[in-house]
Amino acid sequence: MTTRVAHADAQPNAIRSADTSLNRTEVESIRREYPIFCRHIRGKPLVYLDNAATAQKPRSVIDAVSEHYANRNANVHRGVHLLSQEATQAYEAARDATATFLGAESAKEIVFVRGATEAINLVAQACARPMLSAGDEILITHLEHHSNIVPWQLVCKQTGATLRVAPIDDTGAVNLERFTSLLTDRTKICAFAHISNALGTVNPVAKMTALAKQASAIVLIDGAQAAPHTPIDVQAIGCDFYTITGHKCFGPTGIGALFGKTDLLESMAPYQGGGEMIASVSFDKSTWNDIPHKFEAGTPNIAGAAGWHAAIEHLNTVGLSRIAAWEAGLIENTTARLASLPGVRIIGTATTKAAVVSFDVESIHPHDVAAVLDNAGVAVRAGHHCAQPVMERFGVAATTRASFAFYNTPADVDALISGVEQAIAIFR
Amino acid sequence: MAELADLYHDLIIDHNKSPRNKGALPSPPARTAVGHNPLCGDKVVIYINNEVDVIHDIMFDGVGCSICTASASLMTDAVKGKTTSEIRNLFTSFHSLVTGEADAASAVDSLGKLAAFAGVSEYPVRVKCASLPWHTLIAALERDHTAVTTE
Repeated sequence: MTTRVAHADAQPNAIRSADTSLNRTEVESIRREYPIFCRHIRGKPLVYLDNAATAQKPRSVIDAVSEHYANRNANVHRGVHLLSQEATQAYEAARDATATFLGAESAKEIVFVRGATEAINLVAQACARPMLSAGDEILITHLEHHSNIVPWQLVCKQTGATLRVAPIDDTGAVNLERFTSLLTDRTKICAFAHISNALGTVNPVAKMTALAKQASAIVLIDGAQAAPHTPIDVQAIGCDFYTITGHKCFGPTGIGALFGKTDLLESMAPYQGGGEMIASVSFDKSTWNDIPHKFEAGTPNIAGAAGWHAAIEHLNTVGLSRIAAWEAGLIENTTARLASLPGVRIIGTATTKAAVVSFDVESIHPHDVAAVLDNAGVAVRAGHHCAQPVMERFGVAATTRASFAFYNTPADVDALISGVEQAIAIFR
Repeated sequence: MAELADLYHDLIIDHNKSPRNKGALPSPPARTAVGHNPLCGDKVVIYINNEVDVIHDIMFDGVGCSICTASASLMTDAVKGKTTSEIRNLFTSFHSLVTGEADAASAVDSLGKLAAFAGVSEYPVRVKCASLPWHTLIAALERDHTAVTTE
């Protein structure tokens, strides 16, 4: 396992002051690995600033998926023939790589799922639901993506438990005093994002986990937006569960991972039933496979795991700390220049931010801002970003969101600013 | 290739900056309906006073993108004095225009200023923005109290 600096609890701006950053030459070289950057959009070069929705894929990831189907395609785990052995080895190697990526103690603690949304649903149904009853509480925050709200609402409805929400302040940071006061002996589950997809707030996850553990709550961290932007060490954080999704991390769609502590996964009932997750089946009784296979019913996304493994290797060659530093520069540049435009308000101004810049342009609807940007070849997102409670908190129906990855450049920021200026000229 | 000027016709920019018939009518007696596009947050409220099936007065309120706002504004101008049946025909023509089923040249006669939305056909994502006010109006005419949504 490579040594990795734990960034569990960033000091203010620590994501910026970490290891040295990427430089422009490196970024240009990285961009050449991404076939999609040869595309033109409405006659202009593609400027892709919608990475929080999904990230682009390097040739190595695309090739890994194709290579699996071309040379190594077989079902996993039970075949005796060589192809099946190779497919199984590759699939389990992807699991090992994920364990290292997240700092897990063992690969048994990594369950492959479709994405972070499925991971949270798995924990909600297989861990939370059997243990909750009326009077129990689940604590989340006002920052959450719908995928870290709705599964808990469903479980509350099924069990009579109550959902509690820790508020955020006007900068988009979680109010830690209120978060602490909401942690009581009734709190059984505590779930929160590592990095907010709507605002870019970086939560002090180790501190929040420690507070929740004092209340003996089970802690799930939604890392879907964090994994592409910062190194993760689940042991340093101390959480019970951590979720990631492959497609935001330069991997294929349809693959994600749930980290879960061994004793929890072993004690949990299955999530989905079927093949692979069983040890034996008869009509009287079926018994379960060991973890993590107990939670992987049916044929998994084998090709997706191959692509995901290639994405991890791609990230490791670049280095997540250096990625964080490069992106911090882009975000600072974007924030300063947007904020200086007339009538532009940055939504989400927490001290420690990463990944995204959400903004509101006075008297111009985000849909129109995004359309003008699209016409200039710039892809951003306009809408509620699957975080309607966040939008309501800031008094907007929607924001325009530029979200970054390590292949974005200062020229991309120029194109974004120029597009917003053009929108202002057209609509005001 | 579609150009921004095709979508954002001068008339649309104008009606977005200075929407006509914006506001509310006392309700009752006005019929109202609320329309909502959950994907982008567009919200339209339509107020109508109609007697003997002819719209005498109509206003709209809400928050939306320029396509939605301009569509509501131009729609309210176009439907005053019209019957429900005439309005339905007008919407059918309008919908054909914005979805690209009919071309602008043939639409100008029946649609007048509404033909300014011809460019929406090149940007399918905006069809819902343009048609939300119309769906909401039809709900008000039918006295349908469930909120209208584009989903």
